[in-house]
Amino acid sequence: MSRARRIALYQALAVAIPVLLLEVACRVGLIQPLTMPTPSSMVVGLVEILASGRINAAILKTLANVAAAFVLASVAGVALGALLHRAAPVRRLLEPLFSTYYAIPIYAFYPLFIVVFGLGDAPQVLIGFMLALVAVIVSTLNGLDSVPRVLIKTARVCRMNAVQTATQVTLPYAAPHLFTGVKLAAAYSFIGVIGAEFIMSQSGLGYEIRFAFDNLDNQVMYPLILLILVVSVTVNFTLDHWDKALRARRGAAR
Amino acid sequence: MAAPHVSMRGVTRVFPTQKGALHALGPVDLDLRKGEFFAVVGPSGCGKSTLLEMIAGLAPPSAGTVEFEGRAIGSDVPDGVGVVFQENACFPWLNVADNITFGLRRLPVAKDEVARRLDYALGLMGLRDFAAAYPAQLSGGMRQRVCIARTLVTQPRLILLDEPFGALDQQTRLLMGDELLNLWRATGATVLLITHALDEAAMLADRVAVMSSRPGCILEIIETGWSADRDSRIVSDPAFGAVTGKLWGLLRDQSLNALGPAA
Ligand SMILES: Nc1ncnc2c1ncn2[C@@H]1O[C@H](COP(=O)(O)OP(=O)(O)O)[C@@H](O)[C@H]1O
Ligand SMILES: [Mg+2]
Repeated sequence: MSRARRIALYQALAVAIPVLLLEVACRVGLIQPLTMPTPSSMVVGLVEILASGRINAAILKTLANVAAAFVLASVAGVALGALLHRAAPVRRLLEPLFSTYYAIPIYAFYPLFIVVFGLGDAPQVLIGFMLALVAVIVSTLNGLDSVPRVLIKTARVCRMNAVQTATQVTLPYAAPHLFTGVKLAAAYSFIGVIGAEFIMSQSGLGYEIRFAFDNLDNQVMYPLILLILVVSVTVNFTLDHWDKALRARRGAAR
Repeated sequence: MAAPHVSMRGVTRVFPTQKGALHALGPVDLDLRKGEFFAVVGPSGCGKSTLLEMIAGLAPPSAGTVEFEGRAIGSDVPDGVGVVFQENACFPWLNVADNITFGLRRLPVAKDEVARRLDYALGLMGLRDFAAAYPAQLSGGMRQRVCIARTLVTQPRLILLDEPFGALDQQTRLLMGDELLNLWRATGATVLLITHALDEAAMLADRVAVMSSRPGCILEIIETGWSADRDSRIVSDPAFGAVTGKLWGLLRDQSLNALGPAA
């Protein structure tokens, strides 16, 4: 068995064994059905819910909002990071904000956003966007800081202007750093959007979970939690895979 | 006499620092003849890189003028100038072929011409088997060849090299020196090589300028008198020893200066 396969096997076991233990604990009554249904019944429940199509609209709405927050934060974060990198005084002004940013409970602003933007999707996307944005800005700045001066001189020898230098030299060089930010942005977008739906909204996965919770409906709540877990882990796994491929080609693992 | 290819008059460079102005270089007067191989040697910190960056248009002089082909160099790199730096300047996300054509692809050059020049440069620099490799897979010497090839394909009329072999071992340096001579002969470009290695300068150049310790000024320019078809084997020529000896005679005091009063 190759090293990579063995690692994959261990990773699979690290998930499978706790799930199996949970299944046993539920079945022997160590965990009451009212507290948590068996993992296998969560899977069955999820398949039923998906097959019935009852909440497909909610799933689509949530995923679309997560995607919107993610794409907006990634694009704006890289662009703002690149601009700030060139504007050193502004950067110095904002850096203390960035380093304390994640101590700010963004959700506290959610009621305000609802008042301003209404009860549509906008406040939820905004929360996801705001959570994700600064991670992308910070990692873009870190990435651009790491660009060797000689590459910037090389760009000048090739007579490239500032925009060409950014898009063809400094940002590609910083790509592994940017990827770190983008991966965080994906996670923060999920957290922001679903959390906001959970707190106050009229539709979406977070809303459905909240609704099931309020009605003590474990047969819906747990399968939906499982769904969110599966989707967000899959997304991050995919990004991670691309990230590794990118780094391997550049010989980071030499 | 023909007009000089590069001409510097009264060029100085002063860096503003926290501890006041740092006079790094000059005043320097220097003419490079079209098509010659010119080397500059000097103790470290004497302003060699500063000199090169001003000729390249990467940094403006604090005083004086620099002209290339009769035109004053502004704050941009002039057309027809190629630069090879000491540090690894390969783009890690591009393979060797894409690294080499990086500058060429943004010039108005037809696609098949790009391919032809790439092929020529790969052959000349011994990189044919590595066209699809990434810089991380290459040795330091091969990476430097990629950077030289990247400069070569744009067919510059003036090639500036800032200690390009500084990070390489002695044998590789000698062989790279031969390649540089081949390149010079093949392109007919004017070459300015900055080095701290006396033997490298003595072996490769038509003329060698010796710089003083900071603020760097040109102490003397020595004609080596080699024929154009020379190669690294001249190191066994008795005349080679004479040239290196002369260079060291000039440089010894300056290097002691650069080491500081404690030495
Ligand atoms: N940007 C800069 N700011 C301040 N001092 C500098 C700067 N660049 C170079 N120097 C100083 O100028 C002197 C000459 O530098 P340099 O041209 O790199 O020397 P060399 O290439 O001959 O080793 C050195 O003392 C160096 O510390
Ligand atoms: Mg130098």
